[in-house]
Amino acid sequence: MEQLIAFFADAANWQSETGIPNRLIEHITISLLAVLTASAIALPLGFYIGHTGRLQLLGINIANIGRAVPSYAVMVMLLPVMLGLAPVLGYDPRLGLRFFPIFLAMVLLAIPPILVATYAGLQSVDRELTESSRGMGLTERQILVQVELPLALPVLIGGFRVALLQVIATATIGAYLGGGGLGRYIIDGIARRDDGMLYAGVVLVAVLAIGTDVVLSWLQRRLTPRGVRIATDPGVTSASSIDGAEPHLV
Amino acid sequence: MIEIRWDWIAAHLDDVAEKTVQHLQLLLIPMVVGFVIAFALAVLALRRPGTVGPVTAVTGLLYTIPSLAAFAVLIPITGLSLMTAIIPLATYTLLILYVNTVAGLRSVPPEVNEAADAMGYTATSRLLHVQLPLAVPLIMAGVRVAAVTTIGLVTVAAIIGGNRFGGLGQFITEGLRTDFDTKIYLGAVGSVILAFLVDGFLVGVQRFLTPWTRARAGGR
Repeated sequence: MEQLIAFFADAANWQSETGIPNRLIEHITISLLAVLTASAIALPLGFYIGHTGRLQLLGINIANIGRAVPSYAVMVMLLPVMLGLAPVLGYDPRLGLRFFPIFLAMVLLAIPPILVATYAGLQSVDRELTESSRGMGLTERQILVQVELPLALPVLIGGFRVALLQVIATATIGAYLGGGGLGRYIIDGIARRDDGMLYAGVVLVAVLAIGTDVVLSWLQRRLTPRGVRIATDPGVTSASSIDGAEPHLV
Repeated sequence: MIEIRWDWIAAHLDDVAEKTVQHLQLLLIPMVVGFVIAFALAVLALRRPGTVGPVTAVTGLLYTIPSLAAFAVLIPITGLSLMTAIIPLATYTLLILYVNTVAGLRSVPPEVNEAADAMGYTATSRLLHVQLPLAVPLIMAGVRVAAVTTIGLVTVAAIIGGNRFGGLGQFITEGLRTDFDTKIYLGAVGSVILAFLVDGFLVGVQRFLTPWTRARAGGR
């Protein structure tokens, strides 16, 4: 405990590249970038599956594979590939070696929860609503944007919440492969037998994850349309997390 | 590009077997511990529904903590003993097992419970002989997710486990340290295959435990 306080009290740990602010920014940047990249793939596909009901099997399969293949396994398998490709593509093998395997694993990991939440959210919208919208003369695009999306938003945010938490956890593991972020304190703390540094890493990572969870669950409640909030039982969100966007650990 | 030395794997099958057994050990112990706790809490939820909110919140909070942090937190206390891996692994199973067990036990129709009461079942025997069997499909769904997740997490535990624990994940850490691709892939692919095998096994267990679902689906 004293070691932990000493670590936080040491001014040196708040400056330079290895300081807490920079490590935190590294962690957040790579996490957000990974989720954004994953969204660019998962959202359009999820909209398509959810709105048209086609390609559902593909969505389910992606979700299942994503659940069974842990990001750490993906990360380490990409490492030799990156090294092997270096002479072929002619780049310095040390250049992207730390970043790309970690980042790619994070992106691949974030796709399934966003994809599943998107199409499950859209599909949860009552068919009578979409049909009456169609009857009122709304175009397919208007139905998607003005009717289905607002109603699906809570489930969708839930998917982002799961994706972001997984990505934050994976970025932590990335430190083992030489990546930056808060995981560095844990890996370096173990290597140097510096319990203060190790605990600081644990605390910072846990606070980042829990903070993210709190912010996104607040957003989830906030963005739920009022009508839906009244109509749904509070227990429903936890039930939908069982069969819809299942939590998945890294 | 990536050279897999099959001959090396063939020559080290005993090592593969040993690490697979440890992987399964690190799956089984936390799952059993996690299930006992989750089940007890779920039974409590039937008697006192007010506990569901707080229990879900606490297990959810623990579930949110990134795995590497959870494994690292115990090192100064339990060192590199198996407990350093078992405690966080068991903790991580709690949320999924609890939520699904509660949902399973609650899915039993009230008429069924009333019929059991009318037939003279005591609360305990009703739980064991009526509610529990009917909750099996949802409980097993939770067990499957928890098992697959735990297998992946054991691999991560190897990062801090050194040569002590981590099951097949130890091949990954050794392979990374010695720059030996075969070991890296053996550990990574091995743990994924193990996850699929265990999942398939659990599907079989579920069919065995719920023969009536098969009879109902038999018409097709």
